[in-house]
Amino acid sequence: MRWSKSLRRELDAMIFVGPFVVMFTIFIVIPVIVAIYLSFTYFNTVQAPVFIGLKNYVNLLTQDNIFMMYVLPNTFKFSLLVGPGGYILSFWLAWLLAQIPRRSRSLLTLAIYSPSMTASVAMAVVWLVVFSGDAAGYLNNFLLGIGIISEPIQWTQSPKYLMAIMVVVTLWNSMGVGFLAMLAGILNINPELYEAGYIDGIKNRLQELWYITIPSMKPQMLFGAVMAVVGTFQAGDIGVQLSGANPTPQYAGQVMVNHIQDYGFIRYDMGYASAVSAVLLVIVYGLSKICWRLFSEKD
Amino acid sequence: MSSFQGSKINPATFNRSQIKFYLFLIALAVFMIMPIVFMFSQSLKPINELFLYPPRFFVDNPSLKNFYDLINVTSVTVIPMTRFLFNSIVVTGAVVFLSIVISAMAGFALSKLKFKSKGVIFEANIIALMFVPASVAIPRYLIVDGLGLTDNMLGHIIPLLAMPVGLFLIKQFVDQIPNDLIEAAAMDGAGNFTVFRKVIIPVIMPALATVAILAFQTAWNNTETSEIYMNTETLRTFAFYMTTLTGNLENKVAGQGIAAAAALIMFVPNLIIFVIMQSRVLDTMAHSGLK
Repeated sequence: MRWSKSLRRELDAMIFVGPFVVMFTIFIVIPVIVAIYLSFTYFNTVQAPVFIGLKNYVNLLTQDNIFMMYVLPNTFKFSLLVGPGGYILSFWLAWLLAQIPRRSRSLLTLAIYSPSMTASVAMAVVWLVVFSGDAAGYLNNFLLGIGIISEPIQWTQSPKYLMAIMVVVTLWNSMGVGFLAMLAGILNINPELYEAGYIDGIKNRLQELWYITIPSMKPQMLFGAVMAVVGTFQAGDIGVQLSGANPTPQYAGQVMVNHIQDYGFIRYDMGYASAVSAVLLVIVYGLSKICWRLFSEKD
Repeated sequence: MSSFQGSKINPATFNRSQIKFYLFLIALAVFMIMPIVFMFSQSLKPINELFLYPPRFFVDNPSLKNFYDLINVTSVTVIPMTRFLFNSIVVTGAVVFLSIVISAMAGFALSKLKFKSKGVIFEANIIALMFVPASVAIPRYLIVDGLGLTDNMLGHIIPLLAMPVGLFLIKQFVDQIPNDLIEAAAMDGAGNFTVFRKVIIPVIMPALATVAILAFQTAWNNTETSEIYMNTETLRTFAFYMTTLTGNLENKVAGQGIAAAAALIMFVPNLIIFVIMQSRVLDTMAHSGLK
C-alpha cells in the first residue's frame, strides 16, 4: 500500500515534468554526450565514426596553428572585454536606473534593453551600412569629414579593426536578461536596510552600494554573471556576420564558435569540431563555477 | 521619513539630486537606440536618398516604397516574402505556447510536488543554464535528422522547446506561493491538475509573460534551424530570409532600404511585446536569484 502510494506520487509528478525532461534529454543532454563521444572519433558525416582516442585533442593542442595563434587569443580577448565589461556595464546601468522615479525609469529601461531584443540578422542591415568600406559609409564619411582619416577604411574586412567592432557591437546589445534581473534585484531591496545602514554610519552612495546594495542582491548578481558568461561565448558569431565570411579576414575575428562551425559544417570534420565543442563547454562551465564562488551566499 | 536623508533607491518623485543620473542615462539611452532609429529612418528612405552623398542619418521625404517592394518584389527567390513571414508566425506561435505549457508544468512539479528525481532534474537544469547551444550544433543536427525533423516544420519548433532559463524562472516564481494555498485546495479535493490550473497558473502570470518574451525572441530571431535543418526554400523562416537580403549588402545600395524594412518587421513585434509586459518581467526577475 505504502509502496504503491509513493509510486503513484512519482507517476503523478512525471506527468508534469515528463514533457520537459524528454525535450531536455533529447536536445540538451544527448547532444552533449554525443559531442563528447564524437570528440574521440574521426567523423566525416559520410562514413561511420572511427574511434581514434585522444588524437583530436592532441591535434588541437599541438597541430592546430590557427587555433593557437588566432582562435584562442581572440576568444580570450573578446571574452575578457565583452564578459566582465558587459557585466559591469549592465550592473552600473541597472543601478543608475534604480535612482530615478518609476515612469522615466520604464522608458529608459526600454531604450537600454531594446538592443538585446533585436536579432543580429536584422542589425546587420545597420552595421553593414554604418561600417561600409567606401567613402559613402557613415563612419568613413563622418571621420573623413572631421579630418581624422584621409581615406576610407574597410572596417569589417580589415584585420586591424574587425575585433574592435565586434566588441563594440556585442557590448551594445549585452543588456539582456541579466541586466533585467539585476535591475529587479536592486529595486526589491528592502528600504529599511538602507535606513538601518545610515543609522550605522553609512555616508554616501558608494558606501551604500558596497555595504548594502551588492550584499543584498548577490543571487541576482550571480544569475547575471552566469548569463554574461554564456552570452559572451555565444555572441562570437557576430564576426562572421559582420565580415560575411567564415573564416573571418585573416582570422582576425575568429573565436571558438566560428572554429567549430568552420570544421563542422565547412570542412565536415565533425570529430575534430566536437573536440573544440567539448573544450568550449568545459571553459563555460568552469567560468560559471568561478562566478558561483564569487557570489555564493554560502561563505 | 523627512529625517531620513539617505538612500534614494527607487524614489517616488523627482528630486534635483537625480539630475546627474538622468544625464548619464539619457546619454547612454540615446547611444543605445541610435542604431535602431537609423534602421527606422533607413527603411523610409526613397531610393534617391539612399544614394545620397554625403549620406544622411535622417530621412527627408519618408516613403513606404521599401515596404511595398519588400512585399511585391521577390529579389532573391521566386517565393513571396509573405510565405516566410507566415512560417515565422506559425513557428513562433507554436514555440511560445508549447514552451510556456511545458515549462510551467515542470516548474510547478519541481517546486511543489515531492518525488525522487526532483533534485537531479533541478540540478541538471541549473547546469544547463550554462549551456551554449552553438557548441553542440553537430550532434543536434544528427538527432534532428534521426528523428525525421529535417525539412519538416516541426524541426523549427521541437528543438527549441526545452528552455532551461524559462523553467528556472518559473520554478523560482512558484516557490513564492505559500504551501497553505495549495494544501487548502487539496483539502477541498482538488487533484494536482486542478491545483495547477486554478491556483498556480493565475498567480504565476508574470513569470509566464517573461518566458513568453524569451521564447518569442528565441524563435522569432532564430536562423539556425532554417540554415541547418531545412533544404526546402518554402519551409524557411523570415529571419532566414533576412540573411539573404543582407548578403553583400554594402554593394547593393538599392537593397539597403528593402533590407531595413525587413529588419523593422523583425524588430517591431519584439518591441511591442516587451512594452506590454515590461512590469511583469521585472516582477519575475526579482525572483531570479541563484544561490
